[in-house]
Amino acid sequence: MKKLLIWIALLAPLLTLGLFALSKGWFYPEPFPAQLTPEAFSRLISDTRTLKAIIDSLLLAVLVSLLSLIIGYPAARAIGTQDFPAKKYVWLAIFLPTVVPPLAIGMGMSILALQTGLSGTPFGIILAHIVPTLPYTVFTLAGVFARYDENYEYQALALGASPTRIFFAITLHLLAPGLAVAGLFAFLISWSQYLLTLLVGGGRVLTLPVLLFSAVSGGNPTTISALSLLFLAPPVLIIAATARFLGENPNSVHERI
Amino acid sequence: MKLKRSLAPTLLILTLLLGASLLYGLMQSLGYLTIIGEKELSLTAYQNLISGQGTAGREFWASLGFSLWVSIVSTILSAIGALFLATLLNRRPSNFDTFALNWNLAFPHLVWGVFMLLLLAQSGLLARWAGALGIIQSPADFPVLVRDRYGIGIILTYLGKEIPFLTLLILALLRTQSDGYLLVAQNLGANAWQRFRLVTLPLVRPALVSGSLLVFAYIFGAYEVPALLGVRYPRTLPVLALESFTNPDLRARAEGMAISLIIAFIVLMIAGFARAKEELQG
Repeated sequence: MKKLLIWIALLAPLLTLGLFALSKGWFYPEPFPAQLTPEAFSRLISDTRTLKAIIDSLLLAVLVSLLSLIIGYPAARAIGTQDFPAKKYVWLAIFLPTVVPPLAIGMGMSILALQTGLSGTPFGIILAHIVPTLPYTVFTLAGVFARYDENYEYQALALGASPTRIFFAITLHLLAPGLAVAGLFAFLISWSQYLLTLLVGGGRVLTLPVLLFSAVSGGNPTTISALSLLFLAPPVLIIAATARFLGENPNSVHERI
Repeated sequence: MKLKRSLAPTLLILTLLLGASLLYGLMQSLGYLTIIGEKELSLTAYQNLISGQGTAGREFWASLGFSLWVSIVSTILSAIGALFLATLLNRRPSNFDTFALNWNLAFPHLVWGVFMLLLLAQSGLLARWAGALGIIQSPADFPVLVRDRYGIGIILTYLGKEIPFLTLLILALLRTQSDGYLLVAQNLGANAWQRFRLVTLPLVRPALVSGSLLVFAYIFGAYEVPALLGVRYPRTLPVLALESFTNPDLRARAEGMAISLIIAFIVLMIAGFARAKEELQG
């Protein structure tokens, strides 16, 4: 009984979205669509605007997560492995952008972007996305570094390995799972970002969530559902891949997507 | 020296972007609008909000009330639902249970809102089934559960997302506790309700309270769900803020920006309070 309820809760959203996405000319009060057809998906995929939105969203999220990892790595390492007097304030400075609502950041940033000419540019959007992704990358990586044993590196150093070699042969090797999780979180946050893209993009940058949002106002359930499923695919895959990690320490990443 | 170099990139980027954004926002809320050549700073926008005047200010108090209503009801019901679910899962959730809860977290709020629209609209899935079964005669007979005056659709959407989140928080805490207290209580003859009220609840209360404050702060500042599932009036504060900000009437922008900063201030206070509480409890 309990298991059945969980299955229903698990599958209801997907099945509902799937039913609408595969329907054609399905109206009240027919309980189910008369025919199922993948037409909506083929229409979306062959639509250049949607296709561009998918590619742009993917590229953006990948770039933002790589940048977050590169920028956040040294800070996460320092926080995770060292104790220093100002640590509390450093935490606070990193924590702050995750608390201020994206709305307030985005509205101010849209003016900033307009005045610096970054509005609607890829660089402007990337900078905007880094504000919410970087803190989570640092949080996650600092947690990984707190359990990291630096002695392996010292040993390699003592044996005469170069810093580059140590980084690639030891550090990267040992940290791979943690880096992957941190990167995936950043991807997830950037991929789902609506407000910052809208505000800093000045309405000219169309990512998948921006398209989805305007489709919902338009109101064709078939298109909306098909777009939702496309939008949903990466997060579902990522959460499935990181479920083990999330299960151990649920954090507020979810509040950002 | 090395420490500073490690921390500098992250801290510089975050504080510069956040600081500059908030500063520009603040300037705009004070009426510094270079576009219309306005360079005098004034508190007009804030005065309009408080006295209920102006394009956006007229709706300010109604929106504040509506935002508080939606956020408080969603938070309290989520906390109760999560407590219930965590107790039901019996503090030893199977991998399958944990996976199901995490699965829900994968749904962006936007998609969850779309799901609710498809499910609960007057011509949505449930209405179609009710119509096919002859329970209702026309879509108009189906209760208005989304885009309704009382924010029921918004609240239901948040419940679907926040209950699993808080449940995971509670379960993570319970996993670190041993069964000892529960066994002792059971041994001493405590029934299920007493065990819940006297053992489980005090154990999870700190996590539940700080988690609920986080949920409240998030909902209070969130735009997407109320924009999708709300009505024109009353609007939540974030919706009012953004719509005023993008209003062609440039004077409404200052008010929109001011509302947005007020939201940020309230959210920061609550998050700070939650943090302080956590630290006090170690």
